[in-house]
Formats: sequence, C-alpha cells, structure tokens
Amino acid sequence: MTRTGAGRALAAGVPLAIVTAFVIVPVLAVVITGFGSEAIATLAAAGTWRLVAYTAGQALVSTALSIALALPAAYALYRLDLPGRRVMLAVITVPFVLPTVVVGLAFRELLPFAGTTAAIIVAHVFFNVGLVVRVVGSLWGHLDPRLGDVALTLGLSPLRAFVRVTLPLLRTAILGAGALVFLFTFTSFGVVLVLGDPALPTIEVEIYTATVQRLDLSAAAGLALLQFAIVAVVVVLTTRWQEAAAVRQRLADDERRARPRGALDRVAVAWTAALVIAVVIPLLALVARSLRVGEGWGLAWYREAVAPSEASTRTTAALESISLSLQYAAAATAFAVVLGALACAGIVMARRRGAWLDAGLALPLGVSAVTIGFGLLLVSLRGPVDMRDWWILVPLGQAVVALPIVVRVVLPLLRSLDPRMRQVAATLGAPPLRAWWTTEGAITLRAFGVAAGLAAAVALGEFGATAFLVRLDTPTVPVQIVRLLGRPGEANTGVAAALAVMLLVITVFIVGIAERLRPRRTGGW
Amino acid sequence: MPRVVVSPILASVAIGVAAITLAGCSGGSPSSDASTSASSEAPRTVRVVTHDSFALSDAVVAAFEETSGIDVEFIPAGDAGEMVNRAVLSAGNPEADVLFGIDTTLLSRAIDADVFDPYVSSADTLRPELREAGLGVVTPVDDGDVCINIDDGWFAEQGIAPPTSLEDLADPRYRGLLVVQNPATSSPGLAFLLSTIERYGDAWPDYWTRLADNDVAVVNGWSEAYLSEFTAGGGGGDRPLVVSYSTSPPAEIVYAEEPKPERPSTSVMTDGCYRQVEFAGVLRGAEDPAAARAVVDWLLSPEVQADIPLSMFVFPARAGVALPDVFEEFVVRPESPAEIPAAEIAERRDDWIDEWTQIVLR
Repeated sequence: MTRTGAGRALAAGVPLAIVTAFVIVPVLAVVITGFGSEAIATLAAAGTWRLVAYTAGQALVSTALSIALALPAAYALYRLDLPGRRVMLAVITVPFVLPTVVVGLAFRELLPFAGTTAAIIVAHVFFNVGLVVRVVGSLWGHLDPRLGDVALTLGLSPLRAFVRVTLPLLRTAILGAGALVFLFTFTSFGVVLVLGDPALPTIEVEIYTATVQRLDLSAAAGLALLQFAIVAVVVVLTTRWQEAAAVRQRLADDERRARPRGALDRVAVAWTAALVIAVVIPLLALVARSLRVGEGWGLAWYREAVAPSEASTRTTAALESISLSLQYAAAATAFAVVLGALACAGIVMARRRGAWLDAGLALPLGVSAVTIGFGLLLVSLRGPVDMRDWWILVPLGQAVVALPIVVRVVLPLLRSLDPRMRQVAATLGAPPLRAWWTTEGAITLRAFGVAAGLAAAVALGEFGATAFLVRLDTPTVPVQIVRLLGRPGEANTGVAAALAVMLLVITVFIVGIAERLRPRRTGGW
Repeated sequence: MPRVVVSPILASVAIGVAAITLAGCSGGSPSSDASTSASSEAPRTVRVVTHDSFALSDAVVAAFEETSGIDVEFIPAGDAGEMVNRAVLSAGNPEADVLFGIDTTLLSRAIDADVFDPYVSSADTLRPELREAGLGVVTPVDDGDVCINIDDGWFAEQGIAPPTSLEDLADPRYRGLLVVQNPATSSPGLAFLLSTIERYGDAWPDYWTRLADNDVAVVNGWSEAYLSEFTAGGGGGDRPLVVSYSTSPPAEIVYAEEPKPERPSTSVMTDGCYRQVEFAGVLRGAEDPAAARAVVDWLLSPEVQADIPLSMFVFPARAGVALPDVFEEFVVRPESPAEIPAAEIAERRDDWIDEWTQIVLR
C-alpha cells in the first residue's frame, strides 16, 4: 500500500505546497511584520465590527441573489434543448474576465443608484451569476432524469418534485458555488472602490488604505488576520456542509437535455433569456463606448489599440498584450487543471481529511489580494532568492486563483460517482481502463473540460496578482486597460473600451470552443 | 456517510500530466527575455521603480541606452502611495536602483525610513523655486497642479458664470455641481484637501462643512470622478466641476480623435490649486549607484524634460525647457498654488483625513 500512500501524499502535497507558497506565506509575512498590541487594538475597536458586519452583509446578499437568479438558468441551459445555448453560456461567463474598473465605470453610467450598497450588489451578481450557473449546471446536466420523473409519477407537483428530489441532489454543487461567490464578494475590492459608497468601506478597502495609503502595517495585519479567520471558518463550514450534502448517485455520462415542456420550463427559459439580456446590457454599453468617436461612430479606437500612434513605455500594441495574455492564460489553465486533478484526487483519497485539503485550496479566493501582494514583496525582499523576474509566477498565481473553481466544478461530479458502477462493469468483463472510462472517465474528462474553460477565463481577466507581477513594458490586457483608464482624454477611454471588447470576444470564443470540445455523445447533435 | 474511492488511474493520469506540463513549461518564457541573453560585455542595467502613470517616449529611452551603455528597466509598482510603501518596506535592500514619482505628500515618509542615498542632480539647472524642494535627498523631475476643472460648455449652456474661487464652491449658486475624490483613497483628493487646509488653516473643517451642505459629491478615485461623474468626461456624468489636474484640458485635445477640436471644452479654476512636485532618487542599497545616479541625471536632461509634458502631462523641472504648443496655449499655471511642507503632511495627514471623513462622509 506504500504506492498509494506516496500517490496520496503527492496528490495532496503538490497543490497544497503551491497554495501555501502563494497565500499562507505572504499572509504570515504581513502578520509577523505588523502584528502587535496595536493590531489587537484594531480588532477590539467598535468600528472594526461594524466593518465586518457590513462586509459580510453585502457578501451574503450578493451570494443569495446570485444563486437565486442562477438556478432557473442552470436548469434551462443544462437540462433543456435551447437554440443558442452555447452562446448564452459563453456570454454569462464573460463578466468574469472583465477588469472591475471597466465594469464599474459601465455601471456608473447605467445605474441611477451608483455609489450605494445596491450598486455593489448588482455588480457582484453580474460578475458571479455565470459562475453559479456553470458550477451548478455541470452537475445538474448529469442528474438522472428518471428520479424527477418518478417523483412526478408519484403525484408530486413539479415544484415540489424540484424541492424534494432535485434540490437535495444539487445541494453540494449549490453550496460549493455559494461558497465561491461569498469569498469573491467578501474580499472584492475594485467593485467596492468604484461603485460603493465612500462612507461605507469594506475590510478589503480598509486593508488597502492601511497598507497602501497610510502604511499602517499593524492595522493591516490585524484586519488581514481577521479577514483570514472569517474566510477560513466560512471555507471549512461550507466544505463540511458540501460534503455532508453529497449524495452518491448514478450520474448520466452525457448531459440529458429535453425539449422544454410545461409552464415551469417556459418560465425557466424566459428567466434565462432575461438574465442573459441583463448581462448583455452593460457589455453592449461597453461595445458602444468603444465605437463612439467624437460625435460619431467608428473604429478609430480599435486602430489605435492595434497600432498605437505614439511609441512610448505606456503604449503597447493590442496584439502584443493579447498574445501575452493568451500565453499566460494557456499556461495558467494547464497548471490549474493539473493541480485541480491532483487536488481532487487528493481530496477524495484523503477521505475524512479531504475536507481540510479542500478548504485549504479555497483560501486564496478569500484572502486579501493587497495582503498577498505586500506579503509576496516582504518574502521576496527578506527571502533568499529574488523571484520577481520569474515569468512562471504570473500563470502560477493565476492558476492558484482558478484552482478552487476547478475543484468545485469537478469534485461534485466525482463525489457523486458510484464506485459500484465500475465494479459492475469490471464484473461484466470489461478491462479496467474501459470499465473506468465508460463509468467515470468520460464524465470526469468532461467536467475538466468545463473547468478548463472557466480557468482560462479567470486567468485572462485576473488583475490583482498579475498587476503585481508583470513588467511595465509587457502588460496583460486587463493591466493595460486599467492603466489607460487612469488618464483623461477620449482616446484613452476609447482604447480601453476597445481592448475590453477584444478581451470579451476572445473569452466568448475560448469558452465556446471549450463547450464544443466536450464529447459529442450528448443527445440532440 | 458515503465516500468515493478515486480511481488510481485518474490519479496516475493526473500526476503524469503534471510531470509533462511542468517539463514542457521549463522550456521557454512567454515574455521572451532578450535581456537575459549573454553578451560579451553585459550592459549595466538600472531598474527604475515608478508609479503606474509613468511614461516616456520609446525613442528617448532608446537613445539613452545607446549612448550610455546602461539598460533602463521600468518597474510599475501601483499608485504613488503603493510604490513608496514598497520602497519603505524594502529600505536598504531595494527592489530597484532608482525610484521615480514620489511626491511631496509622501516624501517625508520615505526620508524618515532612510529609503534614499542622498543625491541631487545639478540643482542649478532647475527652476529656481524647485532647487530646495528635494530637501537635499532627491531630485525634482517635474511638477503639476491639482485644480478644479470646469466644463465650460455646461456653464455656457446654463448661462451661469463658472466659479472662480474656493469660496464660490461653497456658494449655493454652485450647489450640487462639484465632485471630489476621497482623500483616504485618492492622491488628487488628498491634494485638494491640502489646498483647502493651506487656505483656511484651522478653520478648514468649517469650509468642508459648508461644501458638504452645498451637496459636494465624493467618489473614491480619479477615474470615477472624471470619467463618469464629470459632465465633460465622456461618461454621461452630471457634475460640471471636478478635482483633476491643470493639464487635463490639453490632454483632452491631445487624446481627441482627428479632426482635433481647436480648443478644449474644459478649463481650470486657478484658485485653490495644489502643487505636486515629483522626485527621483537613488535607492539606498542600489547595485550600481554610479549608474543609478547617471539615470537620475538623465531624467533631468533636456531630452527627457522636453518629452515629459506630452508623456505624463506634467511640467519639466528644468529651467528653460520649451513647452509644447497645447501647454503654451491651454494651460494656466496658478500664480500661488498651495504647498504644505512635507514634514507637516507626514505628521498630520492621518488626522486630517480622519476629521475630513467625519465631516464629509459622516
């Protein structure tokens, strides 16, 4: 059994080591540098607890709304045969890659209530609803439809059948997606800064002003520790709930999609259409912005983006940025998928202790990007090697951010697989590889396909870690966009919008391809 | 509790792919580092850490590298505050050789932390009022003014005369027209607060109470204020007065599409401006201090100084450098901009910001 032991150690150890290097070590560096009695005083201050309550409150509302809005769409997009399904899936994934500044400014134009908590929540839902649809949908699509049918045959109304039968089967995926959204929104920075009420900062904004503006590392250490503790508790709790909610079931190895029938299906389809339109409106505003030149319309900003008219350390031709972004994203996706596979294997093999591994891997999402940035700097300055020139840190950093998403897409499927199916297949005389492929392998690979698409999107849009690690003359697209938006003048905002639209189109394309690459055994085509 | 047994095949496939990927990745770098290629006599490299708004023309940088044999690598480190804090945390063991872009509001913090190897490049070439500004530690490279920007078109349309003084901004005639940045999160926001503190002294809280009563809008950053709340920023805003830079009007012309408008649609209120001087310094612990000093000298050279206005929309610190036409025509330099000594800012800035937050954001 030593071989399994070594495999287990490797599967669990590699992703954990990388996450530790990227997250735990930097946070520790900040805490060690700044922690003292003053940091404790920060924790004890009444204002700190109002800060926590506000931060958690807006995150909870954002999460609940994202889930509520996403569920009908997850059903319609993964259980029903809809024309334009892949396009709709790709479109709701797009917000994920857009820099928050871009979306924030678009929302400031669209929302009459910009500068309020409501505006933050709307933007959070916009960013995260697609994630919930995809995480929950990837399990929903594989549920055995006969379970629901049986419930209907037994006389349950469709709604009751959903609540009593389908919902419990989906609970693990919903919890997983909800935990992700909560972590994203609990530590969200750009959205709060651009759209929020300046009188109501969140923990992350306070950490930013403490480290970047005031250089008050003890306050930063106190807040970072507090944030880390809350995030850790949330991650552990949701991981446990998720595990407890896992139901072992026979999953269909291809997605079963049926023609819409009945009033509920029609509601779900209409809901999905409305959701897609709601997501598209800010995107269209962005497209319009990129085409508005002076008083008229045109492609001037695209020409300027592709071939900048002045050669300066500030200007980078779009193709160069895009090519760089794509290279980083490709490497990051490979890392995220491999690490995700190792992590899933490790989690499943570690049995009871797997929950801790899972929890550890989700931490990067809930840890302050500002803290990690400063922490990495402290480590780099006091550590034995200067790693800032290592290009590999960019895709690795992006992969660490994408990793929990990969795990959450793949793990619910893995947890739901019934090992007896493989045993049955083997008993029936199938060779081990074939038994594995027909019962588990195809589903697993498909899940990784979905996860890879999302990981690529995350990597393309990632800003925090990337901004910290890229050089001035080689910015990724999001970094370049944010730089342009720091200046007055129509051309700067116009080129920024054009770049954002290019990023958007590339994402739709990549995510669309990922959808297409999934095996074609699905009924209907 | 049902548990799943992962198939050993899956695990070994994953490990195998991991090995292949890692092996494949060690092959090449996507950033295609030409600089790492070994050459017979390696050129000296000077790393310059800057804020994200830094820019110079490629041709100017290339010409310097050609003649001096020094490769200059610019490293962006976030906004000015983030950049300086990184330097403070790494004092003595810096991540670069030269720091460019520290301003008066942050200078004391860096000097107190012993970030710099004192070096002032040829002070006699500087404009006289800047010669002492670097406190004998750093070299002034450029300066600029944070001023209220006015959407002239809006005021003309409404038939109202635009405000001309800080006092006007608190006048009910201009109620609900001004958007400012939060000084806790924004550098121009802090500069505008400092200008009011310089003007009103200990009575500045009263002035801000009046501004708040006059419905001043507050946002966290420059982009939100200018690009989305300002009526002339292109984002459909409804505030015709915004805190920005005195050079924003010419930037509107330079960054307009052809045919460029003959004059900017915005102008600057010359009362209540705050002057920000930006400095370059040699970081203590620089690998090659001589080369680092040469780069600071270069930043003051006529070539760089002439490039600065249109690259960064600030003014050259060197005396007698000709300004581009759009600057000559459309930028008014305030006669007596506010400036507060660096040491006083360092000491009182947090208290000022806290008090401002109490008054304006409540």
